[in-house]
Amino acid sequence: MTKAPAASKIRTPLLIAMAVFLVIVMPVLNVAGVIEDFTLNVWGKYLCYAIMAVSIDLLWGYTGLLCLGQALFFTLGGYMMGMHLMLMIGKLGSYNSDLPDFLVFLGHTKLPAIWQPFYSFPFAMLMVFLVPGILALIFGFLAFRSRIKGVYFSILTQALTYAAALLFFRNELLMGGNNGFTDFRTLLGANLREAPTQRILYIVSAILLVAVVAGCKWLTSTRFGLIQRAIRDSENRVLFSGYATANFKLFIFVLCAMIAAAAGALYVPQVGIINPGEMTTERSLEAVVWVALGGRGTLVGPVLGAVSVNALKSWATRAYPDMWLLILGGSFVLVVMFMPKGIIGIPAQVRTLIAKMKNRGANSRQPVTTKQDAEVTEP
Amino acid sequence: MSCGSLIRKVLMVAGIGAFALAPQKAAAQEETVRSKIAAAIVMPDEEGRIAVVLDLKKTPSPEIVGWLDKWKEGLIFIYEAEDGSIVPVLMGDPIEGTRKIAIRKLSDDTPVLDGTGNQVGVTKFELDLADTSSSLRKAMREVSDLAALADPDVEKRIKAIENSSVGQRQDKLPGLLELQKIETNSKANKALEQAIAIINLRSDDKAKRLAAAEFLGNRGSLPAFDLLKTIALESKKSGDKEMEKAALLAVSRIELHISRINAAGTLFRGVSSGSVLLVVAIGLAITFGLMGIINMAHGEFIAVGAYTTYVVQNVFASGLRLSPFGQSFEIPGLGLTGTGMSLYFVVALPLSFLVAALVGLLLERSVIQFLYRRPLESLLATWGVSLVMQQLFRLTFGPNNVQVSSPLWLSGNWTVNDVVFGWNRLFVIGFAVLIIVATWLVLNKTSLGLLIRSVMQNRNMAACMGVRTERVNMLTFSFGCGLAGLAGAFLSQISNVGPSLGQNYIVDAFMTVVVGGVGNILGTVISALGIGMADQSLQQYLGNPVIGKILVLIGIILFLQWRPQGLFVTRSRSLD
Repeated sequence: MTKAPAASKIRTPLLIAMAVFLVIVMPVLNVAGVIEDFTLNVWGKYLCYAIMAVSIDLLWGYTGLLCLGQALFFTLGGYMMGMHLMLMIGKLGSYNSDLPDFLVFLGHTKLPAIWQPFYSFPFAMLMVFLVPGILALIFGFLAFRSRIKGVYFSILTQALTYAAALLFFRNELLMGGNNGFTDFRTLLGANLREAPTQRILYIVSAILLVAVVAGCKWLTSTRFGLIQRAIRDSENRVLFSGYATANFKLFIFVLCAMIAAAAGALYVPQVGIINPGEMTTERSLEAVVWVALGGRGTLVGPVLGAVSVNALKSWATRAYPDMWLLILGGSFVLVVMFMPKGIIGIPAQVRTLIAKMKNRGANSRQPVTTKQDAEVTEP
Repeated sequence: MSCGSLIRKVLMVAGIGAFALAPQKAAAQEETVRSKIAAAIVMPDEEGRIAVVLDLKKTPSPEIVGWLDKWKEGLIFIYEAEDGSIVPVLMGDPIEGTRKIAIRKLSDDTPVLDGTGNQVGVTKFELDLADTSSSLRKAMREVSDLAALADPDVEKRIKAIENSSVGQRQDKLPGLLELQKIETNSKANKALEQAIAIINLRSDDKAKRLAAAEFLGNRGSLPAFDLLKTIALESKKSGDKEMEKAALLAVSRIELHISRINAAGTLFRGVSSGSVLLVVAIGLAITFGLMGIINMAHGEFIAVGAYTTYVVQNVFASGLRLSPFGQSFEIPGLGLTGTGMSLYFVVALPLSFLVAALVGLLLERSVIQFLYRRPLESLLATWGVSLVMQQLFRLTFGPNNVQVSSPLWLSGNWTVNDVVFGWNRLFVIGFAVLIIVATWLVLNKTSLGLLIRSVMQNRNMAACMGVRTERVNMLTFSFGCGLAGLAGAFLSQISNVGPSLGQNYIVDAFMTVVVGGVGNILGTVISALGIGMADQSLQQYLGNPVIGKILVLIGIILFLQWRPQGLFVTRSRSLD
């Protein structure tokens, strides 16, 4: 059942067109007044989600590791950025104190030591990558060393996320408890509540997305990418060929955690709030839905999936609030069952279907079973 | 009753006077009490009243407490008759046709009649209260305490014995000592020994004090704990080395006893919370463990069972109105109360199994059967299903928790040697044992079980032998879902029922199965108990449930380093 997977099939022109549209056309239209500030801001949010989706695709679509903890890394990155933003509020908070409001509320009079260095933007940026990276390193090391794979890996990442969410809901962690961080004012001196700042944040998100997709495209086309896909398709054969698969998986896992964290760090100043509700396993699973819907193992598919599902969500939660979960859950079941390659795979599916019909018409004695075609490459 | 009257008799001896009185029947006793109290009330001066009240000590009986309380609470009034005599009275029924109330004599409960033989009617304002002064109330309390010791009800007697040691008043001692001579109930005797020792801690006799401290220490007496600490401090101040040592020794012994109680309590709570996990995870042990289906909707099947219980409860009571998708329809109720109502759970149990199994069957036919070879995708598809189901619950039953009443018998508890066993926790354990035994019987003693095991061990070989594997898959999956439904019926009794009920348990359930070793019911049992125990002991030591839970999850991750396949490994030659 392991069909030879096509190497990264992203057509470069498509990628360039996407990049030009997102990075240049959208902001220009915004400045020209065609696209509202609000719309651009929402798109900035979608693009952050898309970056996380690409990281899931690199893990799941290319390496066969279904991580249900990507939302955790995303949120951790967001929290690190949030800590810096909280300190940048300064005395503008409702208690007119140098401390973030929630710390004053908890009765603190001095800034806790772990908060101190977050006054520095470079330090905060470093932490955006280091904290999720180190967590992924430790967890990944333990998990891959004992050859936890497949669904066990998924269940364990789910448990890790669950544990972390429980922890972040506590006030004792000094991370704002269940309210999280909000009411941000400035970033690097720029007012976050002004349109130009948000526009720049959007452009940065778009550039990051394009860079991540391009980087992943390059990575998957190297020999490393080949081994990565070989691990997905038959880890034992790779292992017996003399490759330390655990190290490959660990590298990818940490890299994807950092990508997701970067997306989270960009997400927070654009959305203006971060709380442990973003950290739950449901959020991770939702992100997996984007990837599955867009088409995994394609890098562009996840971007498509993340943007379209979220756009659909924005619309449906307003138009049919009761129906949204039914739509999401139902479409997910249908996609998993009938569209294993997602939106990106639809043309190919249609083509095979037409070919089959012709085939059936030509020689009705040899019907092609649809089941074999539905089977996808899966470890 | 014989014990009670005997006690009464002995307590009479213990009282001030020392004349015997023949055992009387309760009614006669009551009459005596009433007339005595009436006599006390009409006494012209304070000293007289106190003397008569104290005289009641000679004839202690539980009735005294009630009547003295009535006096204290101002329910007894004084009526001045036409001839100038004073009669203590009680309020009676309103007299028909007038706005007045009849009054009855306190002494013999007969109506108060006027000169012409008619009932006397009064308004409330015409009567004076039978007042009490503080010294009188003190005397009353003394008598009440003694009288309570004569209560024929063992529980009440023990309560009175325990109360009598509060304040360590030496004058309470004689009564307790006398009671000890004739008390036959072992629990009451233990309480007596303890109460006497506690009072002796303040005795003038140092030898008695030391003995009491030693006794209480050996007994591990909880009520004496704080007192002993105080005494140790006081003795230190007064330089009484010997007493201080004895008190400290007793304190340390009691502390040991307390830590033992806590350990036993933790053990018990651990077993019970492990049982909850077990009940929740056993269905998953079948669908995930045996079949390899990652059913993320397992939690929603639990909720199906819980909601079934809710519906059954309402059908037994006054019916239910549901309004899914803007439609509104009514389920009529049977309108049962009392015994009929309390039986609803017996009906709900099998129904919740059946409903959940049916929904499971539907899911298997429509989705799962296409995903047997794609475990990761079964995870994703069933997650989609779980979203849909949750939303359906929300639309049908509303977004808030629904009310499922649990039977009264679940709210009591049972105390053994100072360790409290709650009935609901005992119920949890019993239920878990039942489910495990039933599952084991199905899997090992029925032909369906044989088929299930054969298909799970080697699907192709079983198919070659003529087993209809598709059908077995279907039945196995719906059996697992039915068990989840049972878990739901059970959870409805101990926690809230809402649309996200299942979400609270899904992670724990998966952890339990993974730690236990996939494909092994015994492993699931052991891991559930282990996780429950670890969770409860960490909670006990850290005093913080969330940190405890996080540590347990981290512990599980580390445990899987040591045994990646869980506690019990199903060995096979296949590689992937």
